[in-house]
Amino acid sequence: MAQRIDLKDLNVYYGSFLAVADVSMTIEPRSVTAFIGPSGCGKSTLLRTLNRMHEVIPGARVGGTVEMDGVDLYGSDVDAVAVRRQIGMVFQRPNPFPTMSIAENVLAGVRLNNSRIGKDEASELVERSLQGANLWNEVKDRLDRPGSSLSGGQQQRLCIARAIAVKPQVLLMDEPCSALDPISTLAIEDLIADLRSEYTIVIVTHNMQQAARVSDRTGFFNIAGTGKPGKLIEMDDTRTMFSTPSEQATEDYISGRFG
Amino acid sequence: MTTTPTQPRAARRPTTRDLLTRADPRRRWTDRIMHVVITSAFLVALVPLVSVIWTVVSNGVVRMSPYFLSVSMRGVYGGIDAGGIYHAILGTLLITGLATLISVPVGLMTAIYLVEYGRGPLARAVTFFVDVMTGIPSIVAGLFAYSLFALFLGPGVRLGAVGSVALSVLMIPVVVRSSEEMLRLVPNELREASYALGVPKWLTIIKVVLRTSVAGIITGVMLSVARVIGETAPLLIVAGVIDSINTNLFEGRMMTLPVYVFRQYSQGLVPCSPEAVDCIATINYDRAWGAALALIVIVMLLNLVARLIARYFAPKTGH
Ligand SMILES: Nc1ncnc2c1ncn2[C@@H]1O[C@H](COP(=O)(O)OP(=O)(O)OP(=O)(O)O)[C@@H](O)[C@H]1O
Ligand SMILES: [Mg+2]
Repeated sequence: MAQRIDLKDLNVYYGSFLAVADVSMTIEPRSVTAFIGPSGCGKSTLLRTLNRMHEVIPGARVGGTVEMDGVDLYGSDVDAVAVRRQIGMVFQRPNPFPTMSIAENVLAGVRLNNSRIGKDEASELVERSLQGANLWNEVKDRLDRPGSSLSGGQQQRLCIARAIAVKPQVLLMDEPCSALDPISTLAIEDLIADLRSEYTIVIVTHNMQQAARVSDRTGFFNIAGTGKPGKLIEMDDTRTMFSTPSEQATEDYISGRFG
Repeated sequence: MTTTPTQPRAARRPTTRDLLTRADPRRRWTDRIMHVVITSAFLVALVPLVSVIWTVVSNGVVRMSPYFLSVSMRGVYGGIDAGGIYHAILGTLLITGLATLISVPVGLMTAIYLVEYGRGPLARAVTFFVDVMTGIPSIVAGLFAYSLFALFLGPGVRLGAVGSVALSVLMIPVVVRSSEEMLRLVPNELREASYALGVPKWLTIIKVVLRTSVAGIITGVMLSVARVIGETAPLLIVAGVIDSINTNLFEGRMMTLPVYVFRQYSQGLVPCSPEAVDCIATINYDRAWGAALALIVIVMLLNLVARLIARYFAPKTGH
């Protein structure tokens, strides 16, 4: 079951620095939402507020509400750990656990939580997750080798396998393809298309074609200048955004006439 | 105008070969001189190291034997060809072992607090006190442990366990410092990767942070053990001197190798009468050297074991 996420008047701070201001938007369930915008406009920051990873940074805080199916993720009775189990994340830089093998990395979400899992169930989960991340064929003969023995692109797909192995409802991806070759990128895009039927996906990307290819809705963020907060300029169906955006800035950015 | 042919400008420009091969003579000389300086510094540093080991080994083997390792000093007097260090080896292992048992949890948890939780004035105060503790002279640690136990057990208390407490005072700051450094080396990305999988903070610390840094932490603990295993002064005060075997840390005095060395050495030459056949004049010195050798071997063995454990836990690299 995937759920919709509603952001209302969200302000995101690093200490006293307001990084993202006044964002209100709806992320539809079982669809792909893309965040685009220039570097430093707060896409990663906003993404990390969706699964409460933002507060891990000392001094970081959030104002406003993020509601998942009507429940405020920042409500006083909500547990950040439980939120992160439902809302998984893939980071910009691949970060497999160096002490774990490939298979152990995939099982990390289960094992690190001290959950018991049968041997057959475990190997089945490893295979399914790796296949889902389009990595199975490359690593099936060396599942017990360290995760760090893989190439950068393979490591990123391992991280995706690790994230989907815990079966979250929402998957956040921060430029998941920036370290991948075109073939792996295509594989990830296919994967996103497959996952769309079950998960709610939010993806940050600098690749306009990618946003146009994979997403149903696109949000464009911009920043007025250094030290100013990032803002959501507009959000609409991806097709509309890429053909007839209502804001001039969006059109300039998408067509590459920016700055 | 004369018609002397001017040289084409291109010829005066250095060729690519010139640019790539012409070595700068000054740099070459600097390189050579630095090479010599660094090598000699290395050799100078090696001199005391090698000569210490050579002296201890050559003097220590005189009395070293299975017999020497397996008997105590009970009933040994004068210059008779008898006596060993069994009781002192036991005492050293027990007292240092208990000290490690106390220091590692306390030190490691302090380090975890400082790296993972500590913010603001409390963390700064802890760091400050750890720094201060690093500089405490060992004799002060001994007196501290003595006065602490004397409060409960009365004056004149001498126990192996008090020795362990004294050594812990010296060990904890070393464990905190080295573990802290190792924990800080764990990349934040790994913590975030774990959080993003819905793993709570405490499990992340145990299963990711500690697991990733355990090899370095073990090395640090080993260094702290090596730092205290040769401590003499505090143990002389609180664990005392005894000739027989005592394996109970909580009752009675306990001999240790460094105290044994001190004790034997301070007894000096034995005045042997010329007609005595079974009298060795230098026996006390020989025993002292033998115990010193045993201490060095113990430290080396512990180091070896720690290295093996650390290698087993080290993050796996590819290929
Ligand atoms: N840990 C942090 N502490 C303080 N400020 C931060 C931190 N991380 C990001 N920022 C600031 O927040 C703003 C938004 O950064 P963010 O990383 O969200 O941008 P982004 O849109 O993801 O950029 P990019 O496309 O380059 O990844 C920037 O001004 C950045 O300097
Ligand atoms: Mg970013």
